[in-house]
Amino acid sequence: MSTESQAAHVHRDDFGAKLGMWLFLVTEINLFGGLFVAYSYMRHKYPADFHHGGAELNATLGVTNTIVLLTSSLTVVLAIMAIQEGRRAASRAYLAATIGLGLTFLVIKTFEWSAKFHHGLYPSAPHLATLPHGEQIFFGLYFTMTGLHGLHVLIGISVLTVMARMIGSGKISQDKNVTLENGGLYWHLVDVIWIFLLPLFYLAA
Amino acid sequence: MSTQQHTTAEPNYLEYDGKHNGLLGWLLSTDHKRVAILYLVSMVTFFFAGVSAGFVMRLVQLTPFHKMITAQTYNALFTFHGVVMIFLFVIPGLNAVFGNFVLPIILGAKDVQFPRLNLASWYFFIGGALIAVIALFTGNGPPDTGWSFYAPFSLKTGTNVTLGVFAAFILGFSSMLTGINFVTTIHRLRAPGMTFFKMPLFPWAVYATSWMQILATPVLAVTLLLVILERLFGIGIFDPAKGGDPVLYQHMFWIYSHPAVYIMILPAMGAISEILPTFAQRTIFGYKAIAFSSIAIAGFGSLVWAHHMFTSGMSDFGNMIFSLLTMVVAVPSAIKVFNWVATLYKGSINFQPPLLYALSFIFLFCIGGMTGVWQGALALDIHLHDTYFIVGHFHYVMFGGTGFAFFAALVYWFPKMFGRMYSNTAMYVAWFPMFIGFNMLYFTMLILGMQGMPRRYYAHLPQYHLAHVVATVGSWIMISGLLIFFGSLLHAVFRGKKAGSNPWHAVTLEWSVPSPPPVENFDEVPTVTHEPYHFAKEAGS
Repeated sequence: MSTESQAAHVHRDDFGAKLGMWLFLVTEINLFGGLFVAYSYMRHKYPADFHHGGAELNATLGVTNTIVLLTSSLTVVLAIMAIQEGRRAASRAYLAATIGLGLTFLVIKTFEWSAKFHHGLYPSAPHLATLPHGEQIFFGLYFTMTGLHGLHVLIGISVLTVMARMIGSGKISQDKNVTLENGGLYWHLVDVIWIFLLPLFYLAA
Repeated sequence: MSTQQHTTAEPNYLEYDGKHNGLLGWLLSTDHKRVAILYLVSMVTFFFAGVSAGFVMRLVQLTPFHKMITAQTYNALFTFHGVVMIFLFVIPGLNAVFGNFVLPIILGAKDVQFPRLNLASWYFFIGGALIAVIALFTGNGPPDTGWSFYAPFSLKTGTNVTLGVFAAFILGFSSMLTGINFVTTIHRLRAPGMTFFKMPLFPWAVYATSWMQILATPVLAVTLLLVILERLFGIGIFDPAKGGDPVLYQHMFWIYSHPAVYIMILPAMGAISEILPTFAQRTIFGYKAIAFSSIAIAGFGSLVWAHHMFTSGMSDFGNMIFSLLTMVVAVPSAIKVFNWVATLYKGSINFQPPLLYALSFIFLFCIGGMTGVWQGALALDIHLHDTYFIVGHFHYVMFGGTGFAFFAALVYWFPKMFGRMYSNTAMYVAWFPMFIGFNMLYFTMLILGMQGMPRRYYAHLPQYHLAHVVATVGSWIMISGLLIFFGSLLHAVFRGKKAGSNPWHAVTLEWSVPSPPPVENFDEVPTVTHEPYHFAKEAGS
């Protein structure tokens, strides 16, 4: 009797689950929003230095990464569509592609970061300390914002990996796919934030 | 009705352990009622930790120049007091305890929308609290920045600020996830027939609060993250030596932390809006005005943050705007007070402890609110800024307001939560020292502040001595009241007389189920056909 009542407890509400996810995305947007506010203020304070800072970044790699992330958003949608049509293997393959693209993004990002470290353009670096204040702030923000974004990519990859396994175990299925949809929403958010980071840093020059 | 709990087949939530027994049955339960009790126990524990720090601070102010503790220890004490009271008591506050316990039942639901997330929120809470404790005893001494972690001092001080800030960061997750949970719950789990305007006012207040938790908390999270990154890597955003701007820190901090005071007070106002109709045995006066004023407070309250910064060197125009908005936010608060008072008019007053504490809330909150308007006035604020006046005002709002409302809500819902009744006499006996001591302590601080006593000083000049002695004696009286209060409630949890399902003849849904409520709250989900405070027919049982 008591186990039954516990089971009755677990009710299913896909709309509610999505509503909760959207609210969570709102918190994510405001999390980055704080940083965007800081960026706007600092750029207003040091327009020329931000211009120089942007020139130090590799726009080609930035744009490449944008294409990589946008493509991964496509594959995650394809994964959701596949599961909704009951094609489990296809869904897992698309998720694997998404995860692969996410990893590609991180690898490219690592190359970029290490190049900056080589040039002494990182917070508290002796070389950076000789540059004007605005450029120090620019790179402080660059590492903070792309770092926090990178962390989100990493979390997204982990979440999607878990979901690929859940498809395998049947916890996500054709008529029970809201979890994957929510995972997809999270991945899109990570993508959207990058869309703003690209012009603010790479195209600032 | 009270006999029903013995005959019913369904065990109540206190008896039913679920899959695990004993302590694990509590620590792993996703039942919103058990999570609420987890919050209650942990928060009251932290509250007394904070009270102890306050007690010691008052003690050292007994003499103008004492040798009891060093200035550094005093700095650590007020930081500890502030962080514990704010992040571990009033921010979770009524939302965490009564939002969890009452919200689903008052809406006619079996639980919150995301029960597991709810339990996870408590673990974030307790995890953050543990990190805060670790920060006290490791590194180069406990944080000494005050609870506001102002840059650049928080970036430069050698004490264990990084870990302390990280604790607040983790606590933010608890608050944010609770907000998401409650907004979704209110949207999705209202009983059939309960439209938004048939919803009681406590859920309205929780709704507004939860939105603020969702919108504002992430900004604090990222601000604290920037402080951590600054201390670890020197990113420079708030560091003037690298071109950063400490005033930016203040803006980002208060963009969260001012709405946070409404996160603290709104659920308190919601609880008062439940208590007054019950003990006046009539419907609330101005239901819609109270409901919308919650939303208005949340809205305007999000736009007044820079009134903490009138002396920070903002532009005069900016100061004027924020001064104006600060005055405006007093309007919806006053709307609530007028409606509460009007609710009592021509009601059939049933004078019981919850009403006494609720009325104390209104009285103390009015003093707190009006002193707040003083500080919103630009010229006056220059004089009052960073004095004991701020400390007095803040305690009137947060302790006299949220604290007393917490006590009111606790004695109101206590019979529902534990199925037992406390001694009314003990509640009245506790009230006298609490109320008198409170005013001796904090009204004196208002006067001290106007005379120019700066806050956060570990010593004082001889001319402030008398007032400091009065305040310290007040703190003893108040604390004795607190001890009687919680002591007799604790006694009542185990030894109190059995309470019926509806001892106050209230009409909201939580009183229609047995006390303590069964695991599933309702055998059958109720259908709501009338407005929430419908006292027309013979009420309750």
